[in-house]
Amino acid sequence: MSVLQKHGSLIPQNTDLPVLKAVKTRPMDDLSLSRWIAQMPLWVIFTFSAVILLWPGLASAQTAYSLEKVWGILLKWMPLLVFKGFVLNIVISFFTMLIGTVAGVFLGLGQVSQIYPVRFMSWIIVQVFRNSPWLVLLFIVMLSFPFEISLGDTHITVPGWFKAVIGLALPVMANIAEIVRGAIRSVPTGQWEAAESLAFSRSQMMWQIILPQCIKRMIPPWMNWYAIMTMATPLVSLLGVSELVTLSRQAMEAEGNNPSLLVPFYGFALVIFFAYCYPIARLTLLLEKRFAVKL
Amino acid sequence: MTNTQWDEGQPIVSIKNVRKSYGDLEVLKGVSFDVQKGEVICIIGPSGSGKSTLIRCINALADIQGGSIQVEGQEVHDDALDKLELRKKVGMVFQQYNLFPHKTALQNIMMAPVKVLKQPKAEVEKRALALLKKVRMQGKENSYPGELSGGQQQRVAIARSLAMQPDVMLFDEVTAALDPETVNEVLVTIKDLAADGMTCILVTHEMGFAREVADHIYFTDNGVIVEHGPPATFFDNAQDDRTKAFLGQIL
Repeated sequence: MSVLQKHGSLIPQNTDLPVLKAVKTRPMDDLSLSRWIAQMPLWVIFTFSAVILLWPGLASAQTAYSLEKVWGILLKWMPLLVFKGFVLNIVISFFTMLIGTVAGVFLGLGQVSQIYPVRFMSWIIVQVFRNSPWLVLLFIVMLSFPFEISLGDTHITVPGWFKAVIGLALPVMANIAEIVRGAIRSVPTGQWEAAESLAFSRSQMMWQIILPQCIKRMIPPWMNWYAIMTMATPLVSLLGVSELVTLSRQAMEAEGNNPSLLVPFYGFALVIFFAYCYPIARLTLLLEKRFAVKL
Repeated sequence: MTNTQWDEGQPIVSIKNVRKSYGDLEVLKGVSFDVQKGEVICIIGPSGSGKSTLIRCINALADIQGGSIQVEGQEVHDDALDKLELRKKVGMVFQQYNLFPHKTALQNIMMAPVKVLKQPKAEVEKRALALLKKVRMQGKENSYPGELSGGQQQRVAIARSLAMQPDVMLFDEVTAALDPETVNEVLVTIKDLAADGMTCILVTHEMGFAREVADHIYFTDNGVIVEHGPPATFFDNAQDDRTKAFLGQIL
């Protein structure tokens, strides 16, 4: 509760005098996506599914594709779409987050380094990867990375999806670095001074005193970025990685490319992504509330 | 390092003509005083007179622009200084306690000796428990700072600083953020310390306490030491008008 609300009852409620009301502004928010998803009531997902399933009946009643037939086709492909396609999206999102987080933590630490060249280079890297179009980064990585890495006699084939992971991890890394930097900056100066006065070295201070205090603050925005990135994984279908959207397209081609299949198939992809990200968004907001810094 | 030349007969902290400014604002305009081993020094004065800045310079939390500060004969205002070595000798307690919120009271105390001094854990734990007893906090070793009152947190902070076995302790307005009823428990702890012969430099607004515990009082105003003396002379027989005005307001 804000101070104004708390003391609101002290102010006479009925007055003829003009009253200047407090201006309400939403603070800058790093959880916008989670907030947007989580505020949707659960019935949205069911309504949406229903519309998609009934679509062929509504839009293409005249065509040869009856409602039952479209459902049959979708049902036939569903196991492949989910267990081959969507699972790959999830695998990509996990590895991307893993690599992005580890690299992002070090890049974030680089941004608060006391050594100016390190700080400057980290800043440049963060600015470049935060502000580049993800698809461009993906293309660069996909096309410039070798198919095969040779270490002496052993040749390791780099699968396409893993190159996609690298491409997606770059912007994620830069955004995680910003989260880390912000969290480190939010630790009160008193903590730094106390650690300094106890003769902790800079790296001891960082890893044992400052970062452990940051973790709680970093979790909600970190999860928010996980949701954003997961929803961006279909981008890699443009590069031929056989994830959900690629497989959906191929399935439709196999079924004769009838336009009345478009909405059910892509709609199914939407629903499954939403169903995956919805609980994450709810959990993000729940954690944010619980970890809110009490001042 | 000039360390070797120092012996216990010389001042443990020697401050000579120290100048410090933040941008154009000069907060210390040539401050000098010596502290002998085992002495208790109180620095008093109106807010903004540079008291806190002065003691933060002693353990190199703040740098100085001129003059010299020596701790055990070692120059603090020196680029070649090993700050970590200095801070092992000089403990500091802050107004806002600054305990580490993610660690229990016992862990707060044990952390620096174990991680920084690399002392064996069992030995440190024994010492930490003894220190908790000394600051009258036995039984609270597993409490987190958030579960303790301000006075209790401050006593843990004192124990944390003592665990490093420093030669000098700095106290920066340690009771200023406390409730009136908990101020005394912290002052008693400091009094015990002083009685044990610890060298203490305190910035304080507690005049009664300063009078009781200090060997020497320094009154600062506007970046200079206006007047100083043993408590009896200082409080009962102040000479300078500014001192008189300040004491008139406070007492």
